Amino acid sequence: MRRILDITLPLAVALLVLGAWEWAVAHWQVPAYVLPAPSAIVKAFVGNFDSLMAALTATFLITIAGFLGAVVAALALAILFSQSRLIERSLYPYAVILQVTPVVAIAPLILIWIGFERINVALALLAGSIAFFPILTSTMLGLRSVDFNLLDLARLYGASRRQMLCKVQLPSSLPYVLSGMKTGGVIALIGEVTAEFAAGSGTATGLAWRITESSNRLEIATTFAALVLLAILGVAIFAALSLLEWLLLRRWHESAVAS
Amino acid sequence: MIRLNGITKRFPNGVQALRDLSFTVPGKQFVSLLGPSGCGKSTALRLAAGLLAPDAGRIDYPQGKPEIGFVFQEPTLMPWADALTNARLPLDLGGVPRVEAQARAAETLARVGLKGFEHAYPRELSGGMKMRVSIARALAARPQLLLLDEPFAALDEITRNALGDDLLRLWREDGLTVLFVTHSVSESSYLSQRVLVMTPRPGHIAADIGLPSGRDTRLSPGTVEAQRAISDALNNAMAA
Repeated sequence: MRRILDITLPLAVALLVLGAWEWAVAHWQVPAYVLPAPSAIVKAFVGNFDSLMAALTATFLITIAGFLGAVVAALALAILFSQSRLIERSLYPYAVILQVTPVVAIAPLILIWIGFERINVALALLAGSIAFFPILTSTMLGLRSVDFNLLDLARLYGASRRQMLCKVQLPSSLPYVLSGMKTGGVIALIGEVTAEFAAGSGTATGLAWRITESSNRLEIATTFAALVLLAILGVAIFAALSLLEWLLLRRWHESAVAS
Repeated sequence: MIRLNGITKRFPNGVQALRDLSFTVPGKQFVSLLGPSGCGKSTALRLAAGLLAPDAGRIDYPQGKPEIGFVFQEPTLMPWADALTNARLPLDLGGVPRVEAQARAAETLARVGLKGFEHAYPRELSGGMKMRVSIARALAARPQLLLLDEPFAALDEITRNALGDDLLRLWREDGLTVLFVTHSVSESSYLSQRVLVMTPRPGHIAADIGLPSGRDTRLSPGTVEAQRAISDALNNAMAA
């Protein structure tokens, strides 16, 4: 019953809001370039289906590429930090600097360095750079939160560094890594969209470019359709990572067992 | 089997845990290390295992360093792994081939009464069962020296007694040498052949009490008599 309510209640709210929106636009004759009615947005979506889907695919692929790159880089660096305090102290400040510098501010530089002819690589790099830090910090926290007794036990039984890492530290850190990935996945999309805006029209082909382009032409219904797709993509990324978390932790970790 | 000689240990926060701690545990003996909370019992056990280094004094293994099994106060299991994988850990780390490790771990789980629970995860087991997995893990490596750090302290009395009896059986069957840290007078009086009573911190040995045979049950006159002797020694150590 609760499961049904969890689905039907938000749906009912959405239908109510959309109905009220449709009515209000018609009643007050709001111009379509200010606020298009939901029916107009659906029409724009159907009319621009191919180009919107192409933009969605581009945004999705660039985000995923950036995100996966961030996962690999963050895991590698966190493992390196866990092996050497000296390396951590030498490099961690730069990871922080990378994080606190807004992606919009470094986007022009990255775009120039990588080149507009390889715009997708530059966008993926920017998306990855913003996703990188939460995965790094979560993994570092996970690697530091391993039960000391378990580490002692592994040491007592003569575990090598590699065994310690693979058999104890990494599995123990998994909930932290996955939590960082969930945050990272969603903000990779934010990073990608921000980078697309920074790249400007005429270069990128993703959803942010479609939003810029359609709003410049006052095709606000198409802008809304692209926005809805962007929201759906964000939710889908979060849902996919939540599913991955549940699959990997469901047998043993309280967070997944309870859900 | 193991000899601690004049051990001193001070932690970086300034706490002196042990001062001039000396004792010997001969092979195949079941020895309890008893004392009040914070007297340095666990520190002594970690030193004996080689997990800590003493500031002064020596730890010798006259017959060579034995294979050591260690059981913590908490089960200290890998929550992401089932009982079998947990029990297999020392074997995996020691490079024992997977099939052999699997068979040995399963056999050890059966010996501690967990046949049928090989694929249960720690969160699916009771506190007593988790501790049995922990003991199975310690025994899987076929240790000569078994070190236990208040392993039953967090368990209810019925489970504690059952596990105590199992431990005695395993000690006899395997010819183990056991160093058992506890703060329970009744537990030490029933389980061990010898009780080392420690002073409050900085801990050292205040009394070394050899217990006579005739302690077949927890309520045997011999056990009750041993409890009295241990309690007296503990009271004297606390007052000193």
